Amino acid sequence: MSWEVKKGPEIMSQRGWLVDKASLVLLTKARVIDPSQDLDTVTDILIERGKIKKIGDIDKKELENYHTLDLEGKILAPGFFDMHVHLREPGQEEKETITTGSTAAVAGGFTGVACMPNTNPSLDNVGVVRWVYDMAAGGPVDVHPIAAVTIGRKGTQLTDISDLYHAGVRAISNDGDPVGKADVMRRALEYSQLHDLVISTHSEEHDLAAGGVMREGEMSTRLGMKPWSSLAESVMVARDVLLAEFTGGRLHVGHISSWQSIEMVRWAKGRGVKVTCEATPHHIALTDEACATYDSSFKMNPPLGSKEDREAVIQGLIDGTIDAIATDHAPHTVEEKLVEFSFAPNGVVGLETAIGVVANELVNPEKMSWNEIVQKMAIAPREILRLPSASIQEGEVANLTLIDPEAVWKVDASKFFTKGRNTPFDGKNLHAKPLGVLNRGWILICPDARMLWS
Amino acid sequence: METVKAKIMDEDDIRRTITRLAHEIVERNKGINGLGLCGIRTRGVFVARRLAEAIKKIEGKDIPVGVLDITLYRDDFRIKRIGPGVQVTDIPFNPDDFTVILVDDVLYTGRTSRAAMDALMDYGRPARVQLAILVDRGHRELPIKADFVGKNIPTTGRENVKVKLKEQDEIDEVILVESGE
Amino acid sequence: MALHSKHLLGLENVPKVDIQSILDAAVSFKEILERPIPKVPTLRHVTVVNLFFENSTRTRISFELAEKRLSADVVNFSASSSSVSKGETLIDTVRNLEAMKIDLVVMRHPMPGAPQLLAKHCSSKVINAGDGSHEHPTQALLDMMTIRETFGNFEDLRITIVGDISHSRVALSNIHGLQTMGAKVAVCGPPTLIPRALEKLGVKIYYDVDEAIANSDVLNVLRIQKERQEDGLFPSIREYHTLYGITRERMKNASRELVILHPGPINRGVELDGEVADGPQSVILQQVTNGVAVRMAILFLLSRGEGGRDELGS
Repeated sequence: MSWEVKKGPEIMSQRGWLVDKASLVLLTKARVIDPSQDLDTVTDILIERGKIKKIGDIDKKELENYHTLDLEGKILAPGFFDMHVHLREPGQEEKETITTGSTAAVAGGFTGVACMPNTNPSLDNVGVVRWVYDMAAGGPVDVHPIAAVTIGRKGTQLTDISDLYHAGVRAISNDGDPVGKADVMRRALEYSQLHDLVISTHSEEHDLAAGGVMREGEMSTRLGMKPWSSLAESVMVARDVLLAEFTGGRLHVGHISSWQSIEMVRWAKGRGVKVTCEATPHHIALTDEACATYDSSFKMNPPLGSKEDREAVIQGLIDGTIDAIATDHAPHTVEEKLVEFSFAPNGVVGLETAIGVVANELVNPEKMSWNEIVQKMAIAPREILRLPSASIQEGEVANLTLIDPEAVWKVDASKFFTKGRNTPFDGKNLHAKPLGVLNRGWILICPDARMLWS
Repeated sequence: METVKAKIMDEDDIRRTITRLAHEIVERNKGINGLGLCGIRTRGVFVARRLAEAIKKIEGKDIPVGVLDITLYRDDFRIKRIGPGVQVTDIPFNPDDFTVILVDDVLYTGRTSRAAMDALMDYGRPARVQLAILVDRGHRELPIKADFVGKNIPTTGRENVKVKLKEQDEIDEVILVESGE
Repeated sequence: MALHSKHLLGLENVPKVDIQSILDAAVSFKEILERPIPKVPTLRHVTVVNLFFENSTRTRISFELAEKRLSADVVNFSASSSSVSKGETLIDTVRNLEAMKIDLVVMRHPMPGAPQLLAKHCSSKVINAGDGSHEHPTQALLDMMTIRETFGNFEDLRITIVGDISHSRVALSNIHGLQTMGAKVAVCGPPTLIPRALEKLGVKIYYDVDEAIANSDVLNVLRIQKERQEDGLFPSIREYHTLYGITRERMKNASRELVILHPGPINRGVELDGEVADGPQSVILQQVTNGVAVRMAILFLLSRGEGGRDELGS
């Protein structure tokens, strides 16, 4: 285990988290939700050396030297997985590191993340990718690097996709510098089929984006901000679903945000194209109206959309057009963000608020159930990436997320584990709070829930 | 809270005082040639117009009346919330080589008169400036003395003299009020 | 009467009574400009920084004159827009100036919302002298003052802004201010220069300038920047002039009372013919004079003392 990795749990321990590697743990009376196992029931789970030993009635008399975690009224689900984060390491450690990003993931209830290759150097070769795995090895969070599609993410020469696959990579993406040339994208979609890799896209047609800083519409007109048409996204999504259909390659549209793009995916799915997509909590919760104060905490790429876009995102999640929820966690320093809106870099942090925002916007208004949320945030991401499931079954690794669905808490960015403070939700009251995670033998419980442990 | 302590002048008193002031102005200046009145907003303007009427009765001629807004010349601009907005100053004669009589209702600290003189000087170079006042209540903070005084009313620090004129207040009277703690 | 806000960031959401106060006060300040000594000591205690991150000789001179005529101390700070995004941040720049005891910042900045950022993170009063293609409230107020001098009031007056609406801070401020005062605002220009969803601001859109002229009491003609042609937003200056140039020929269809405004500097022969700019219906130079008066009024109203008694002892 890398010494770096222990630092994460150490940081959390110093900030009042319970960090343990107890070998025998009894989780009692939790509402256990795992749609992949058709499971939604209140029961007990016994964990031994990081694996699920038994689900159901457990005779405590047979146990010795065990801890219990009383989870009455709490939700126990397969570990949440964020398939779209920026850990900034290597190269931009002032914004985030694999360690700080992992602590933020744990604090937000995630046991796994897939990190984007827009690092410096970019994740375009086996050496850098292996280094990322090493940095995270043995820690409580599964960190899966998404490698670049082309060398240096420049959009011309394909990376050694097969080598990267053998190093562990399950998805490739050029992230914020999308593959501009349609023929290169076509070749990537063809070649990636060698290993059933998925190509995750940041869909943005450069010329149509035209240097815009917020979604083109009434608000951009009112605020005099350089407009950024939703066409930039939807034209690219249209291109890519056509290429995916033609090639038979697997396409995953990242942070889908406009109703036209969602329509394109819906259309493609109807035709049997191998396409999936994800949406972010901020596109679920917010619209371009949030930019009215010129606060760069509301500046991201893709930008916040119109009311119609937001409704389409929610509808897409409900009807299954949108497969997953991912945060696009993109930390920046305070200094970078505390400037004129137009000068600020794009991106907001999302790991530590995702569950609360989703509960606020989808579960509380009864648009979606916790079962569906678990599907979108724990099951689907791993399926899309062809990663081992985190299903709750006897004999499987105990990869679990604990949630208090009744908690109401106020977001305080100054207390985040991520280095980023750039959240659009600072000061907002959220419902449902992640209480901790179990993964790879680690047990991490937030300070508020320590008393549940004995 | 303010309580009225005394009524010092009624309508007739004010009329008589203005008539006397008009006589004094005409007498001191030996007629009204080269003479102009300049009322300081707000009530100084009404006093000036009444003086002009009285002077016309004496001399049979019109005397020009100007209006001076001193808002922009006040020395307390920085520290106080100033009352009504800035209004137009209108002096219908060229003050150069005129004898200008500044007219106000009450003379107190002298700061308004100081500001009025500054404002006036920005319009030209009068040959002479005089000050006519309906009520002088004392407590000067600047070395300023009126040339024509309607009535001297010594006051304590907590007392205040209020001049009410029909043009603004529906009644002609001068009252002494005391402010409570 | 003080304004409802500590700053003047834009005209969106500025109440009618405040616009009225500014325009009324501006009339008095215009009178001062005509005096033998066009200067009053009112703002002796106030230090103003003119912070210009973009070249604008006219606006800066107009502000500087307004400040000096009110006896304020004036400091000018100019930086090229290319250097804005590098080096010291805007907030640091202004906090440094504040450490030298300034009271008021007049800022021109290429990025929309920059004045809002200052107002939020610095303690000075802020006057927006133009932020990107967002707002330019003092320009709109001087336009409004000029319009009011001609027509007396704004109720149901038809004002059409002609030209590059997309990149215009003047247009947006005029739309907000004039609508608040009860006027009917329209815009006219090619579709590529009219921003999306503008009609949601209650603005009528003309693509035909002759139709606009026939239905307007005031035309506010905006400057066409040649670089917009390079951006591909219209085919050529020649075609723009043919379609949207305000010529004497076109003015024949106008009502006798039609008044022409232009925020300057004019591209003669592009958006506006010289004959019209210098003709009897043009109030362009009156706008320039009013600019100083309006800016004096704003400086005066924003600098008023806070608290204390309402009236000075006589």
